[in-house]
Amino acid sequence: MSQSDIKRLSLILLFMPFALWILLLIVLPHIGMGVLALREKVAPRVYEFGFGNFIEFLQEPIYWNTLLRTGSMSLLVTALALLAGFPIAYYIAKVAGWRTRGALFLLCLVPLWVSDLIRAFGWILLLRETGVVSSMLQTIGLLNAPVELLYNDVTVVIGLVYTVILFMIVPLVSTLDGMDDAMIEAGYNLGGNGWTVLRRIIIPYAMPGIVSGCIIVFMLTAGSYLTPILLGGKNSSWFTETIYEQFITRYNWESGAAFGFLLLAFTSFVVWLGLKLSRQTLAGTIARS
Amino acid sequence: MNASHDYDLECTGVSKNFGRLRAVDEVSFKIPSGSFFSILGPSGCGKTTLMRMIAGFEDPTAGDVKIKGTSVLNTPPNKRNVKMVFQHLALFPMMNVYENIAYGLRCNGAGKAEIEQKVKRVLERIALPDVGEREIHQLSGGQKQRIAIARCMVLDPDVLLLDEPLGALDLKLREAMKIELKLLQHQFNTTFVYITHDQSEALVMSDNVAVMNHGKFEQIGSPQQLYHNPASAFVAGFVGDANRWKGRVLEAAGGGIRVETAAGLGLVGTAGSGQSPQTGDTVEVFVRPEFIRTGKGGAAPAANHNHLEGVVDSLLFNGANSRVLVRTGSGELIEADVTLTGGADDVQPGETVILTWSPDQALCFAARADR
Repeated sequence: MSQSDIKRLSLILLFMPFALWILLLIVLPHIGMGVLALREKVAPRVYEFGFGNFIEFLQEPIYWNTLLRTGSMSLLVTALALLAGFPIAYYIAKVAGWRTRGALFLLCLVPLWVSDLIRAFGWILLLRETGVVSSMLQTIGLLNAPVELLYNDVTVVIGLVYTVILFMIVPLVSTLDGMDDAMIEAGYNLGGNGWTVLRRIIIPYAMPGIVSGCIIVFMLTAGSYLTPILLGGKNSSWFTETIYEQFITRYNWESGAAFGFLLLAFTSFVVWLGLKLSRQTLAGTIARS
Repeated sequence: MNASHDYDLECTGVSKNFGRLRAVDEVSFKIPSGSFFSILGPSGCGKTTLMRMIAGFEDPTAGDVKIKGTSVLNTPPNKRNVKMVFQHLALFPMMNVYENIAYGLRCNGAGKAEIEQKVKRVLERIALPDVGEREIHQLSGGQKQRIAIARCMVLDPDVLLLDEPLGALDLKLREAMKIELKLLQHQFNTTFVYITHDQSEALVMSDNVAVMNHGKFEQIGSPQQLYHNPASAFVAGFVGDANRWKGRVLEAAGGGIRVETAAGLGLVGTAGSGQSPQTGDTVEVFVRPEFIRTGKGGAAPAANHNHLEGVVDSLLFNGANSRVLVRTGSGELIEADVTLTGGADDVQPGETVILTWSPDQALCFAARADR
């Protein structure tokens, strides 16, 4: 075996786990889902090729309303995560000393050590009718009856922002970290006030980080299942819930698969639109961080 | 212009403490309008802190900074008419050249037509009329430099601060930019305050140079004054090259001071400015290599000159700036400038030569406790 053969073999071996992962867990299931989505049930155990599942989606307003609702709420969550995450990221990257920086970053990561489920139960513990917040408000006399804080859209949005904000902070910190402090000082030196410097220098500079954070957060939110279900209850009308229902409750794998593709297409479209509007490219944002 | 405007920038007793560290210590100076002023010092001497105080990024612990006669202590950085060229230039990479220059004008609320006209004019003045639409990463190092200056000059600042902007350039470009900076300063007729640790940059470009060490100004003067009449041992050692010996004063009578170095080399020197060494004092003697004549014997030296015999240890050939290292009988190495013509007369390593220099060129300063 020649030297170059060994090199090639080791390269193939190193690449293998990734290739298998992509092939077996991403490509194959999606091909299977595609086949499922494109067949119509005409009679028990009799199927025909056709777009019936997609047509059904369009004809039933509850389905596409749920998808639009999921999309718009995910956009809201993304915007809120950006608004809340940017100052945190800016503080970590530019204001904090290098010693506190590590500690703050670690603090941001701590919630990830606890499973999603446990964290959602934490919210339930706080917000339910007999929960901590409700009883505290009664104790200090602001309320005279218990109040149910769960199962509404505000709670779902807050819970989602909390779950995904880390994925906004990390890319933001890494882009802001690369920014020379002198650039901000130059912005002031040339006559800009705080707002001008933020708008004309810091935000344009951080744009790749902002966009990649937004893409990750939007995708995670639109595809999340646990948080909307646990905090929003059975009627939270999240699209993943509709998909789950098709697969598990109604045992209608065909339309579930079609819905899955619709969600993928919809989120991809939103991301594409966002990239076009912010004049960024996928290679310049996600691939860079 | 009235009297209070004769100085574009005035600092009086400016100090800055960082915790217990005193970075800038009671610095006072005045810079006449339209001159090129350099602050020269080793890294960590406080020069950058001083400049950041002038720009407004740091508040002085004590003292006052006046621009065109008005104190700016309570003026935020974006309201001071002092612009700054940063060490790594800090051009905005997300804007093209035109936008970089227009940024400051926009902040001042200038109209579109005015911006366009001013940017065009400043680009012509820096001899880069066609780069407006280029992105920053498409520019060469020297072009970036000029854009960074143009970005400030378009705002008509009272003072332009430059923080070692040539540090990142390669040697050849740095030499060219030195001359260009001086020309630009003449052209704009604005006061430039140039911060550097490179003495040749300071000497070549400046009308006046302040030498800074440990937060204090050691001397302010023209480049010639600093070079020929250094006020302290630090200035004598930092500005220009010099042979430096530590020795004891044997006799301090009249004009000449007889000194014996630690290695036993005897020489005659003159007291540096403000110095009056007494017999028995420890002094440092500075002799610049270009004042030492290297001869192969023959003509007798002037009677009162120092003359030493030594063996050429090595030749440091560098064209017109060639030097020889001569080892004296007492074992010390002396650097002297020589002219190497490539002919048979050139000194060769191993040859015995006679070094002569005038006592006027050997400046003695009281030795301070070693830092």
